[in-house]
Amino acid sequence: MHPDTDSLFETLQQWRAAGKAAALATVVSTWGSSPRPEGSHLAVDEAGHFVGSVSGGCIEGAVIEAAAQVMASGRPRLLEFGVSDEQAWHVGLACGGRVQVFVEPVE
Amino acid sequence: MKREALARIADAQRGRRALVAVTRLADGAQCLVDADTIDGELSLSAEQLTEARSLLGSGRSASLSSALPGAERLFARAYVPSPRMLIVGAVHIAQVLSKMADAAGFEVVVIDPRGAFASPERFPGVQLTDEWPDEALGRLGLDDATALVALSHDPKLDDPALELALPSKVFYIGALGSRRTHEKRLERLRAAGLGELVGRIHSPIGLDLGGRSPAEIAVAIVAEVIQVRYQGERG
Repeated sequence: MHPDTDSLFETLQQWRAAGKAAALATVVSTWGSSPRPEGSHLAVDEAGHFVGSVSGGCIEGAVIEAAAQVMASGRPRLLEFGVSDEQAWHVGLACGGRVQVFVEPVE
Repeated sequence: MKREALARIADAQRGRRALVAVTRLADGAQCLVDADTIDGELSLSAEQLTEARSLLGSGRSASLSSALPGAERLFARAYVPSPRMLIVGAVHIAQVLSKMADAAGFEVVVIDPRGAFASPERFPGVQLTDEWPDEALGRLGLDDATALVALSHDPKLDDPALELALPSKVFYIGALGSRRTHEKRLERLRAAGLGELVGRIHSPIGLDLGGRSPAEIAVAIVAEVIQVRYQGERG
């Protein structure tokens, strides 16, 4: 197990064992020059601490914000980001790609 | 994600076992799939199960094409063992190589029964073992995500490691040493009955970058290991 890339699930377990709410974000679709491949994870705790990455850094802030809502509601959300995306979660990827990110609560 | 799923994924990563998590994006319902079992609230068709299992080997994550798009869309996340580099010989190059391989995403273990070499002072933060190479490799396992790098220059350490690695599934075997040293090594390994396999050993070790310092040689080794790791995918 690699200490940096594989410790995300251990970190999630530690957060939950300490009674902290947590959410797990996963890249589930990419188009164009997305910086992180499908399957890339970002884990977030209730205080906004995070490990992992779902982009080169351009959408992390929005994903962390959505993760807080997912923790509060207990229901997963599917987010989409891209240069041409005019929806509520529009942030714009500097790289010009588009990504879909699934955010789920961690029991 | 349910607590049991979280625990199983963490456990599989620790034990270097492959696992696929299939998630229905509409509601987050999940199941975990390995070669023998399927477990969780989400049920899959036979076709979907076969497709999910095909990802166990490749390690690629993807939406299942055998599921409908939209509400029934299923995403399969493959968790496979991370690449690992086992270094025999806690020598000077190993000090640099262990750090570089770690930075490149490899789990690193340095093996040397000589305690003065494999000391935490010389290898801060690096996983060390003072077992003999054959014991260490037997315990750690030689799977197809593992690279074996023999650096000790000492046949008592390097040879037993190579004898175990040659017939194993490791994706890379490299050994440090001059051409003359390597010729002698090949003679010993042929005498041990491994003549058909010795061609697997990369020696001189590393891509030919022309560098000479320990750090430069370490870059050449990491680069060669990465190249060999992806050669299969390039076809």
